[in-house]
Amino acid sequence: MDFLTILQILDSSVRLATPLLLACLAGLYSERAGIFDIGLEGKMLAAAFLSAAVAAVTGSVWLGLLAGIAASMVLSGLHGLASITFRGNQLISGVAINFLASGLTVLVAQDWFAQGGRTPSLGGDARFTGLTLPFADALAGVPVIGPVYAELISGHSILVYLAVAAVPATWWVLYRTRFGLRLRAVGENPAAVDTAGISVVGLRFAAVAICGLLCGIAGAYLSTALQAGFVKEMTAGRGFIALAALIFAKWRPWQAMWACLLFGVLQAIALRYQNIRLGEITIPVQVMDALPYVLTVVILAGFVGKAIAPRAGGEPYVKER
Amino acid sequence: MTMMKTLLGAAAGLALAAGAAMAEPALIFDLGGKFDKSFNEAAFNGAEKWAKETGGTYREIEMQSEAQREQALRRFAESGANPIVTMGFAMADPLSAVAPDYPDTKFVVIDVNWLDLPNVRQVSFAEHEGSYLVGMLAAMASKTGTVGFIGGMDVPLIRHFGCGYAQGAKAVNPDVKIVANMTGTTPAAWNDPVKGSELTKAQISQGADVIYAAAGGTGVGVLQTAADEGILSIGVDSNQNHLHPGKVLTSMLKRVDVAVYEAMTAGENVETGVFTMGLKEDGVGYAMDENNAALVTDEMKTKVEEAKAKIIDGSLKVESYYTNDSCPALSF
Repeated sequence: MDFLTILQILDSSVRLATPLLLACLAGLYSERAGIFDIGLEGKMLAAAFLSAAVAAVTGSVWLGLLAGIAASMVLSGLHGLASITFRGNQLISGVAINFLASGLTVLVAQDWFAQGGRTPSLGGDARFTGLTLPFADALAGVPVIGPVYAELISGHSILVYLAVAAVPATWWVLYRTRFGLRLRAVGENPAAVDTAGISVVGLRFAAVAICGLLCGIAGAYLSTALQAGFVKEMTAGRGFIALAALIFAKWRPWQAMWACLLFGVLQAIALRYQNIRLGEITIPVQVMDALPYVLTVVILAGFVGKAIAPRAGGEPYVKER
Repeated sequence: MTMMKTLLGAAAGLALAAGAAMAEPALIFDLGGKFDKSFNEAAFNGAEKWAKETGGTYREIEMQSEAQREQALRRFAESGANPIVTMGFAMADPLSAVAPDYPDTKFVVIDVNWLDLPNVRQVSFAEHEGSYLVGMLAAMASKTGTVGFIGGMDVPLIRHFGCGYAQGAKAVNPDVKIVANMTGTTPAAWNDPVKGSELTKAQISQGADVIYAAAGGTGVGVLQTAADEGILSIGVDSNQNHLHPGKVLTSMLKRVDVAVYEAMTAGENVETGVFTMGLKEDGVGYAMDENNAALVTDEMKTKVEEAKAKIIDGSLKVESYYTNDSCPALSF
């Protein structure tokens, strides 16, 4: 394996990790506020569809992105309504959202475009293209740093940089702002937050809205940046891998990024090498595909430290009367 | 009460008469869905052609999960549909369970040839022969001497495609390098264009400049990325040349539409048994139209037509992956 191959694999990892990272951060806000969200997959799927559909109709990818975010936030609102306002079971609400998105996207796509639950292929301004960062061409000739900068760092779509920037932003919001402190508190002990005179419901809705925003970007990235159009079920379980990454990272933003990158690298290697031969032993490709889940189970079983979920997670808050 | 009885009797009589008068054919699509731009859509086109020409109607259902297969078969058989056309190798087991219960109903199954049932017409295609031809085209169009193959779910049928392709490529250029990947091992692999894209990029970085996608909906991602990156791709099952005009070298045609059309035209009297549709029967082939006319030179075409004639008269034999579950030209 030469240097260039490693770069290409890392490059592929970044592309594959971006939707995971966005969805993972989305889940982080929601779960830190005490709302479990297994509907990440459904929200991404809805956003992927609507962003591709609007981009195809209007020819503008930015309008598509907005539409995708809107779709995802509507589903988030639904989740909030069911699990915060009406104190329903958060897991069931999440599952319902996944089903809803899975069926509705294909149905609406078929009705609009009559192409069998797809959107037309996007071209030109209707999709995100790679950005060439300044000096990428000039530096390309410099050994080691040049190719790393030109191949790995430059050339991604703007949403990739947005996702990376969202990591320190999330850290800052959660640990350095008043809002973040309250958000974390509401996931651990909502009664205390309520006693302090702060609205638990308001905070949780805010968290769910941020979750919708980030899932929307993740979905739009899948259909308008990685791909040029929507295909049914195109999220292919990425929402669940993002959840696994969230647990793997123990609900912390920087660790979430590393977890997503690790899962991205695993996928990229699995795609590049079908079977890996280590001397006498051959590792089949399925092992690499299953590793994210295996690692999560290992973490959950407590072999590598302990993953403790936000204490009030999953429980609707009932104000004492 | 008597009035009621008479009414009910009349209604029942009508229903029976209607059932007997027109035994509608039924069509069961596989998981990929009716509009997959590929395998199932070809079946849909064949059925539509039949409906348009005869003015008949047919019943249809799209499978959403594995569990529905047997249920759908039984429901159609109970309601008197005849013949019942089913798509895909995964229908083999449900058919073995259902077909013996309805000896007067004719069943047709595409991509299956190993069942022993008297009332089933089994149609399989010689995909390796068609793939051989597009493999030749790929190797002739390649400038780097490396061609790629991206399969959907890792099943023998898809390896069968890849195997014919590799033999064709090697026939033109014995030193050709073939990069082969499968998208996954679960049915999700038929609908993951993002993975298809990444596989395409990985194959391009390994030197491939013509990539053959036999991967259902995942192939959409392969063809898209190939067009974006400026290399050639090869479509599958239906003619996919129009998806990216001038960027798709050709498509390996599998005339599922013909098989479905023939079965529906024959109606209840459809002949049962095992049928293979190869180059000779025009069951497989490669697509030429205005979208790829500039990509395939006359010289390339002559060579492919030569090989085609040889395969038809039997002087050239393309090894089938099924013969001993391995491929002489490619290891997966």
